[in-house]
Amino acid sequence: MITVHIPQQLRSYTAGATQVQARGRTVDEALTHLNDRFPGIRFRVIDEQGRIREHMRVFVDGERVRDVGVSVIARGEVHIFGALSGG
Amino acid sequence: MPKPKKTSAKKRAAAKGVTLLVGTRKGAWFFHSDAARKTWKMDGPHFLGQVVNHLVHDPRSGTLLMAAKTGHLGPTIFRSTDKGKTWKEAAAPPAFPAVTDGQGRAVSHTFWLTPGHASEPGVWWAGTSPPGLFVSTDDGVSWASVPGFNEHEMYLKWCPPDGGTPDGALLNQILIDPRDAKHMYIATSTGGVFESKDRARSWRPLNKNVEANFNPDPYPEFGQDAHYIALASTNPDRLWQQNHCGIYRLDRPGEKWERIGNAMPKTVGDIGFTILDHPRDENTAWVFPMDGTDVWPRTSPEGKPAVYRTRDAGKTWERQDKGFPKKQGWFTVKRQAFCRDAMKATGLYLGTTGGEVWASTNEGGRFTQIARHLPEIYSVVAVERV
Repeated sequence: MITVHIPQQLRSYTAGATQVQARGRTVDEALTHLNDRFPGIRFRVIDEQGRIREHMRVFVDGERVRDVGVSVIARGEVHIFGALSGG
Repeated sequence: MPKPKKTSAKKRAAAKGVTLLVGTRKGAWFFHSDAARKTWKMDGPHFLGQVVNHLVHDPRSGTLLMAAKTGHLGPTIFRSTDKGKTWKEAAAPPAFPAVTDGQGRAVSHTFWLTPGHASEPGVWWAGTSPPGLFVSTDDGVSWASVPGFNEHEMYLKWCPPDGGTPDGALLNQILIDPRDAKHMYIATSTGGVFESKDRARSWRPLNKNVEANFNPDPYPEFGQDAHYIALASTNPDRLWQQNHCGIYRLDRPGEKWERIGNAMPKTVGDIGFTILDHPRDENTAWVFPMDGTDVWPRTSPEGKPAVYRTRDAGKTWERQDKGFPKKQGWFTVKRQAFCRDAMKATGLYLGTTGGEVWASTNEGGRFTQIARHLPEIYSVVAVERV
């Protein structure tokens, strides 16, 4: 299982949980799995073309990724942040 | 075509008051009036921090839909079927079809929501940025891209990717002929007005004689910036338009818009974001002019806010400013932030980018401030409670 850290902007979807478990071999699969449990969460992070939204940041094991096709190892960690969106 | 049925003034008078649905850059508010529309009760904020472009009530079902996003999070639609007590997110918000190279369009935000024709319960239409037309047939739960516009062979000409407003290019409005569900108009910020007679399967520009003074050809077939269009309620063959370049009227089946803003006072001009029809008089309309001179301040001309009303289809205009600041009132009223009810003495309501809500319950004869200190207001919708 992968541990996904949820930013405060998305905790309304996870009933306040700051981290949740997901299955998948890539960021995309992990977010799709999360979306099955928390409907709507994926589209607020990833657009319909599979791109990470402009003001969201995704990290896999500490490294920022720009492509949701990036692999995630078993027991890996994904951090999602909201960042730099203006006032 | 037959004229639409008129709602009797007696029935309108039975309304228990008006609720204003106010969408702002930082959330949504409701304002509930008493039956006389004299006192207003504030209810909010709801969804604090969400950018609410439009919050709309469906008179057929009572459903409320809210177009929302945040600075960080992507766009979505929230639904309420209990008058705003509880909300649920749409299962599939408006989204363009995915393309294999990943370079396709993505909805930045839903800008406009409108319930479908009275004969099509559960149908809603949405306009987005970048310009896109979307439809729901399940009361806003799921949405589908409308290929008749979004995949039109002229789409990139009508909606060039580098065009548009500071918040992005817009499909900013959708109107449906009350006599015919297949007859629709849309307004865009990059192509002007378009018409469909086959329920959005095909579209053609409808911009003849509408100026686009930011174009080498100032009267192109398309390319205008149609800020707002309105159908006259008692005569849907009459369209009003507040364009980027002036105020216009079109009487169908005519094709050529007439610039009725030429009759506005020269010191005020005919630039603005919005225009309202009258619920019972096809010759009456209201605009809220803004300063389009010099570097386009887009504020009330000379800092003196006023509504202007025509009662003769645009031949003449009268100033309505009672209640507004006499000076130093630098109002900007955006596209969806000016609305009316349909009560016996028509109520007019407007929200400013400075977070003020103003109301008139006598057709613009006097305005009263009913709220201030809200975030920047994007939309105001009046709902009569019956």
